[in-house]
Amino acid sequence: MTWNVEDLEETARKCRVHIVNMVHRAQAGHPGGSLSEIDLLTALYKTQMRVKSDEPTWGDRDRFILSKGHASPGMYAILAEMGFISVEDLSSYRVLGGICQGHVDMKWCPGVDFSAGSLGMGLSFGMGTAIAARLEGSQRQTYVMLGDGEIQEGSVWEAAMAAAHHELGNLNVILDRNRIQNDDFCEAQMRMFDIPAKWRSFGWNVKEVNGHDMNEILEGLEFLGNNNDGPSIIIAHTVKGHGISYMADNPAFHGAAPNDEQYHQAMIELGEVAQ
Amino acid sequence: MSNVAATRDGYGEALLELANNPKVVVLEADLGKSTKSLHFRKAHPNRTVSCGIGEQNMLLVGAGLAASGYIPFASTFAIFTERAFEQMRNGVARPNLAVHVCGSHGGTHTGTDGSSAQSIEDLAIFRTLPNVIVMHPSDIVSTKILTMQLAESNSPSYTRTARNKTPVLYEGKEDLIKIGKGIVLREGNDVAIIACGVMVSESLKAAEQLAQEGIHATVVDMHTLKPLDGQLIDQLVSTCGSIVTAEDHNIIGGLGGAVAEHLASNSPAPLERVGVPDRFGESGGADEMLEVMEISSPFIAEAAQRAIKRKL
Repeated sequence: MTWNVEDLEETARKCRVHIVNMVHRAQAGHPGGSLSEIDLLTALYKTQMRVKSDEPTWGDRDRFILSKGHASPGMYAILAEMGFISVEDLSSYRVLGGICQGHVDMKWCPGVDFSAGSLGMGLSFGMGTAIAARLEGSQRQTYVMLGDGEIQEGSVWEAAMAAAHHELGNLNVILDRNRIQNDDFCEAQMRMFDIPAKWRSFGWNVKEVNGHDMNEILEGLEFLGNNNDGPSIIIAHTVKGHGISYMADNPAFHGAAPNDEQYHQAMIELGEVAQ
Repeated sequence: MSNVAATRDGYGEALLELANNPKVVVLEADLGKSTKSLHFRKAHPNRTVSCGIGEQNMLLVGAGLAASGYIPFASTFAIFTERAFEQMRNGVARPNLAVHVCGSHGGTHTGTDGSSAQSIEDLAIFRTLPNVIVMHPSDIVSTKILTMQLAESNSPSYTRTARNKTPVLYEGKEDLIKIGKGIVLREGNDVAIIACGVMVSESLKAAEQLAQEGIHATVVDMHTLKPLDGQLIDQLVSTCGSIVTAEDHNIIGGLGGAVAEHLASNSPAPLERVGVPDRFGESGGADEMLEVMEISSPFIAEAAQRAIKRKL
């Protein structure tokens, strides 16, 4: 093991800096959901994913599918920290011809395995990659990250039902339960009641974790690894915009960039510049 | 032309032959008995994925398989592929993943199930997607050959098959059949009738009827709507000078639309389009529906005469 919790937290901090830099530079994008997912992505990539940054299309790699593809700054940040792309590449976010497209795209960016941008599609795609692994007799895993607002899409439940029917133990979901969607809090837009119970009733193994506590996240990832009789999900309770005081739990920063003053404040809070 | 068979059976036969390729997988949405993928399922259950009654999920499961090196063939009724249009657009066509979608029971020829099952817009909508091959074969033999060619194509595709039996046209003529190449079935210099699917044999009947009136028509089976065989259309314009299209599909956006687009940009010529007159169908027998929709052979013959009159 080449990692420890402090290292993971430091990588996540660097990723948060990348995220804020990207959306500030582009003056567009989705910082809130990137900041809520980033501790999870950091732990997943650093401790679980069997991938090769120098051979991103290696056939037997684990697959990660960012179904909530608007939270692309988070994914680009971890791909840069993992060496798939360079930190300089991050400045191409939302720029014409750049590999960092507005929503993650497998045709544009090394290390991206799914062309996202339309919610409710990633779990079905992940079911396909999981079946492919099973057909090949490979032990490789598929990880799909869903947003909580995203599961309002009906097609997610088509996939949830089908994945359990096919007992896809190599299919793992991480749900970023940040409680905010585009227009408002999820509770105001569409109440989802007992989310863990919904997944259990669809035949999934379910565990809830604090998505900003590295130790709990690691326990959750271990849970995914240990439950292979069918598909498994960890429901990660997160805070949208976590790490930046004025973005945290604020629906306004689902899809809005900080201005220069707010940017400076964020860099102070992230320890990049002195108070 | 006494020998008849359903194009959907050609799809089923093709899948069985393709099974020799271990990368071929079949996806179903509870209609395998109808689309004819059931034969593959029975022979190769381990390579058949039931997606339940869930077309949106099915197309994207196909995308995930295609992205992992497999060659997925997914089928349901033509009308229900439309429910997954955005999955086809964003999850299949956009990343250019070779998922092969077959919509059976297309067109009003589907008959007694009525308008909810009679897809008359599938060819038009899938034709608007970049990267996607769009086909509507006319007989069991060409459906089988074209489906088998798809496995080598590396492009996503949509193929419409029909529920009911139509004349077998290509027995022993398999070499004529190639994705993207129209087939000249009959030659004449007065007018060219370009048809697809069940309307190909109707067009041959119309040509026979026209011949009795001294009018000589070329008949082309344009089984591939995209990529369209523009070179052949240009030749038809120069030899015949007028064009008729015939399809069991809305008059808007299908084969007639594709040919009109080509003519307008390349070789303007009088064009008469025979197709469903922008209305929904109803329950009725297959042949009755062609009459009600005004697309059966007499309507094609009339359109041919109108097209000829418009020649300068």
